[in-house]
Amino acid sequence: MTSVTDPQSKFSDPVPDAGRQSRFWKKFRANPAAILGGVLVVFFVLVALLAPVLPIVDPVATDWLAVRKAPSMAHPFGTDEIGRDVLSRMIWGAQASLLAGVVSVAIAVMLGVPLGVLAGYRRGWTDATISRVTEALLAAPFLILAIALAAFLGPSLTNAMIAIGLSAMPIFIRLSRAQTMAVMTEDYVESARAIGLGDVALIRRYILPNIFPPILVQSTLTIATAIIAEASLSFLGLGQQPPAPSWGSMLNTAKNFLEQAPWMALYPGIAIFLVVLGFNLLGDGLRDALDPRDH
Amino acid sequence: MLAFLGRRVLIAIPTIILISIFVFGMQKLLPGDPVLAMAGEERDPEVLAYLREKYRLNDPVIVQYFNWIGNALRGDLGISLRTNQPVTELIGEKLPVTIQLAVMALIIAMVIGIPAGVLSAYKKGTWIDWVANTVALSGLSVPNFWLGIMMILLVSVKLGWLPASGYQPLSEDPLQSIKTMLMPAFVLGTGIAATLMRHTRSAMLGVLKSDYVRTARAKGLAERVVLVKHALRNALVPIVTVTTLLFGELLAGAVLTEQIFTIPGFGKLVVDAVFNRDYAVVQGIVLCTGIAFIAMNILADATYRILNPRMNDQ
Repeated sequence: MTSVTDPQSKFSDPVPDAGRQSRFWKKFRANPAAILGGVLVVFFVLVALLAPVLPIVDPVATDWLAVRKAPSMAHPFGTDEIGRDVLSRMIWGAQASLLAGVVSVAIAVMLGVPLGVLAGYRRGWTDATISRVTEALLAAPFLILAIALAAFLGPSLTNAMIAIGLSAMPIFIRLSRAQTMAVMTEDYVESARAIGLGDVALIRRYILPNIFPPILVQSTLTIATAIIAEASLSFLGLGQQPPAPSWGSMLNTAKNFLEQAPWMALYPGIAIFLVVLGFNLLGDGLRDALDPRDH
Repeated sequence: MLAFLGRRVLIAIPTIILISIFVFGMQKLLPGDPVLAMAGEERDPEVLAYLREKYRLNDPVIVQYFNWIGNALRGDLGISLRTNQPVTELIGEKLPVTIQLAVMALIIAMVIGIPAGVLSAYKKGTWIDWVANTVALSGLSVPNFWLGIMMILLVSVKLGWLPASGYQPLSEDPLQSIKTMLMPAFVLGTGIAATLMRHTRSAMLGVLKSDYVRTARAKGLAERVVLVKHALRNALVPIVTVTTLLFGELLAGAVLTEQIFTIPGFGKLVVDAVFNRDYAVVQGIVLCTGIAFIAMNILADATYRILNPRMNDQ
């Protein structure tokens, strides 16, 4: 059977694949903004992963003798309204933010891509049904839908991730549907069908590898949106619950102490900005590097 | 155009039905008894039974859906548990406040975003382009609620230039109303400005390469005339469409902006409803925003056709 899988050769042949990869890396490396994005993302991922082993104070330990203290050697980013170390809470808060970003996008991809591929592959009433449901989901603004879902599910980080994931799902349904339909018109798919390749094998060997690059780009950009959405939900009290730290909930408390302790609001906001900027730069860089029109 | 609009409205009907099913199903499928929320501290079985009967919650789910949608079609979205006011009345009260905020934000966004996009495209590859792109990407990466907090700290607390919160109806004192709304509108407009800048840049880059721009230049027209009269006018078609579609982003942004600046609008109504488990209000708001979003989509398509008459032939 392998000898007749000629149509696949275009993609299974390691030489053009290696060529594509090296072209991708060359373009990616030549883009300083993408590199900066990658560095920012790696930095925050490392901070989040290393939080348990870093020599920092307990993020929930209160110190009533150090309430709302300005940044100092002992507390580089100051302390909050009950004497907790802001830097330590930010480092642990990075875990909540990144986890929310990655898990919610994983939910959106795992539900959205199969539905989108199914719609684009099957067409007909399957496509019509999935497309109408997607349109209905897209009709509610992302954050309002996430707020409504988080409200009905109850406030917690897990429910915020589910709500954000479900709200982001339609984007992936649309994207993978459109990409699948584009791939389906290619000659090699026609040939693969002609030689009798089954649906599952066709999707696994031709469609999924070809729709992967745009899904990867969209995932990176959606992680940025999801991190802001999680921070927004936590800011509204619908995400991570106290005393566990999260950047959004830190900002929610900080807004009540703006005059007395502005550092409480400054640093968590900068952290959100930098990590979101990192994912946006990385996503833009990946898109440019993967864009075949520039080859 | 009328036939086009009619067709688009017909296509929208199944989507609106689906939205209504989602909105209704959201409450039915998820755990939690709405009657317990309505009864509050009162857990007397007789009271609970009375409430179930009153709101016809003993009916089969499908009957309940048709009751609800039938009432919704007559403009009755239920009663708010918290204020005892009809949901439609509440939405009608709060919506003008958010519309004022959204319109001001959109004006600010257009004033910043469109010229920045034009300049960035015109100076492609220069430091101006780089700065405009960096600022736009930063605008997209800043959480607007944080920007709001920082603006309050700087403009209100440190400089004392503008009020940090509050709302003055436009009809009562227009000047004061605009003054109180200026900072929230700027905060809300930043992200939109960044999106508009990116779209304007992309549209202008396409137009600047076209033959008619080359011809206009060859005729010896002043660069400003070429840029504004020939290039921007054509680039405006996709920009206007994108602007119409930014409605959803504006509404979502308004939720947080209104929360920070304590503006009694649509966004604050959602958050208060969520925290008070005021399901009827949450359902009403999601349904209304969904329908409004579809209406804006149809409007965007219609605008696109008006601005680009060639589309009518297709």
